[in-house]
Amino acid sequence: MSERLSVFKTYKLYVGGKFPRSESGRVYEVTGSKDENWLANAPLSSRKDARDAVVAARKAFGGWSGATAYNRGQVLYRVAEMLEGRRSQFTREVADAEGLSKAKAAALVDLTVDRWVWYAGWTDKIAQIAGGANPVAGPFFNLSTPEPTGVVAVLAPQESSLLGLVSVLAPVIATGNTAVVVASERSPLPALSLGEVLATSDVPGGVVNVLSGRTAEIAPTLASHMDVNAVDLTGADPALATELEIAAADNLKRVLRPRTGEDFAATPGTERLTAFLETKTVWHTTGSLGASGSSY
Amino acid sequence: MTFEYAPAPESRSVVDIAPSYGLFIDGEFTDAADGRVFKTVSPSTEEVLSEVARAGEADVDRAVAAARRAFASWSALPGSERAKYLFRIARIVQERSRELAVLETLDNGKPIKETRDTDLPLVAAHFFYYAGWADKLEHAGFGSSPKPLGVAAQVIPWNFPLLMLAWKIAPALATGNTVVLKPAETTPLSALFFADVCRQAGLPKGVVNILPGYGETGAALVAHPDVNKVAFTGSTGVGKEIARTVAGTRKKLTLELGGKGANIVFDDAPVDQAVEGIVSGIFFNQGQVCCAGSRLLVQESVHDEVLDALKRRISTLRLGDPLDKNTDIGAINSAEQLARITSLADQGEAEGAERWTAPCELPSSGYWFAPTVFSGVTQAHTVARDEIFGPVLSVLTFRTPDEAVAKANNTAYGLSAGIWTDKGSRILAVANKLRAGVVWSNTFNKFDPTSPFGGYKESGYGREGGRHGLEAYLDV
Repeated sequence: MSERLSVFKTYKLYVGGKFPRSESGRVYEVTGSKDENWLANAPLSSRKDARDAVVAARKAFGGWSGATAYNRGQVLYRVAEMLEGRRSQFTREVADAEGLSKAKAAALVDLTVDRWVWYAGWTDKIAQIAGGANPVAGPFFNLSTPEPTGVVAVLAPQESSLLGLVSVLAPVIATGNTAVVVASERSPLPALSLGEVLATSDVPGGVVNVLSGRTAEIAPTLASHMDVNAVDLTGADPALATELEIAAADNLKRVLRPRTGEDFAATPGTERLTAFLETKTVWHTTGSLGASGSSY
Repeated sequence: MTFEYAPAPESRSVVDIAPSYGLFIDGEFTDAADGRVFKTVSPSTEEVLSEVARAGEADVDRAVAAARRAFASWSALPGSERAKYLFRIARIVQERSRELAVLETLDNGKPIKETRDTDLPLVAAHFFYYAGWADKLEHAGFGSSPKPLGVAAQVIPWNFPLLMLAWKIAPALATGNTVVLKPAETTPLSALFFADVCRQAGLPKGVVNILPGYGETGAALVAHPDVNKVAFTGSTGVGKEIARTVAGTRKKLTLELGGKGANIVFDDAPVDQAVEGIVSGIFFNQGQVCCAGSRLLVQESVHDEVLDALKRRISTLRLGDPLDKNTDIGAINSAEQLARITSLADQGEAEGAERWTAPCELPSSGYWFAPTVFSGVTQAHTVARDEIFGPVLSVLTFRTPDEAVAKANNTAYGLSAGIWTDKGSRILAVANKLRAGVVWSNTFNKFDPTSPFGGYKESGYGREGGRHGLEAYLDV
């Protein structure tokens, strides 16, 4: 009896809750990090794919940002649950993508699941950390509240194909932003598979959109797009990052610059959460309850 | 019979303006390296107030170097000691507030009523507030030992010269940074007087450096390789230029830019109170306010009533000598700004909006623009889209709260908004949906050092004021 022939998966983009191929019909060959073996043909996203993803992200923003923080927390936790159930698949993909042993890859997948859990817990706490009442000198109740910035374009780290990706993506959506993610150019497969996890985790379509392809080809479209509100440049090299930051100034996108040697295994702080939050401050007139100014 | 107001001018004698001023670098006044100077005039009379040194690139180098030298010891001071310097500054500003108010009114053209009752109290309060943070930074939520950035390059506008200086310098110093600040070319004097406040407070030399100059000076300052932080308040166009300049560097950037604030009046709002709020929203400081309520969105059913009451009220505003304590509307800050307002208002008329101008006499010298209201404005009109930065109000209508929100948010800006209604739940629901950094409900143009201020979208990023305002000057 011959060995069973395995069934390959056609890796596709994840845009607007659906799994399209690149509108350009293009693919590129993805190979293993260590042995250069063929792994898959990933979609080579075009600028049009990027614009479509922005449209999907914008459409999803109202609902996602308007959801209760508790609801978003539950959805993010659901992502962790779904990922947990697919650990063996992601272990294999991360091992292939990053040239790691099964054990090391498994550890990264575990950390990734835990990262979703960490951010799931933040959704209904960040407003209490980042906002609050301000004791203004006058008859006003003055409250500052963090709100999501909007559509965030995320250039995922090039080296850390799953843990790094989730470490930059989860904080963006935890606070109610929607995201267009450009996966690691060399190792996009874990990111594309993550789309399948998100699609089965009650994450509304369009909240996360995953593109694979050439970062330098897709990113300028996102950085200069007038309906994108912020960019995370983590996955850009210094020269590209500078070019993108200049383009981002056209509509004053919030820019998170790449940091050198970011350790995605370490417990994150709140910086990635607050990077894509706006502070809204509302002055409510309190007046007084009578001529005496007293309620008694 | 009609009652006339008698003139009630504030005395100029409380302020002694020298015929010339230098740059303030490393604790001393000094000429510009290339000897250039410019004149600053009183916008209400066009009288030359003083001649001021104009900083060039060499002066920027000198000032940044002085700030860099001062940074080591200033940042190493215990927070409690930095706090005391800032408390001293707050107190000295209070002591000299009448002098500084008159000075500001002379140099800027805004009414003494505003400099005396708004600008100066807020300046002192801002220093007082941030003084208290200097030794409590580890409690501010930015880590257990937050560090300053280094040298802060700060460029401020002419509409609230001393207040914008306070918004910039107070948090920068409290967190242990040193600063090089460029005041606007039309209003350099109060910043130079502030240098004297620093002298009186015994502030170590080099901690605060003041470089009067034009846009080129600001551009050189923000581009200087040895600054760690750039803070700018001004136009969105210049803000974008600055964002491009600092791209690819490690400089931290905060921008406080333009706005086209919507002031939303629902049909259940008390009309007289709303009208007061509309007036202060657009005519405070001659409308030269980034967060001005320059778009009035009024519910269709009360449009006529509100507009009539508004015109009646505007007709009672007193325009004239800014030093007169009864003056409501002062002078436009510069001939250039007046030309811009004039051109945009003319465009509004040409595009078909209905123009109404308050019946008031304009003084024969100086830069003046009468309060103006455009009604019948659509969202496509230039006067509904572009920031005019003058006493020009555009009136649009809406039928439902959803429409009000959609129209309010239909702008590239996102700085301020106002809501006028008696219904509490509507305030909360509408405030929730507005994409603006500051929302006033049943009030407008209120400011406080504890209250974070700043914009969404193209109104910039970062916050000034409150705990949030510390972040811009900390390495987090």
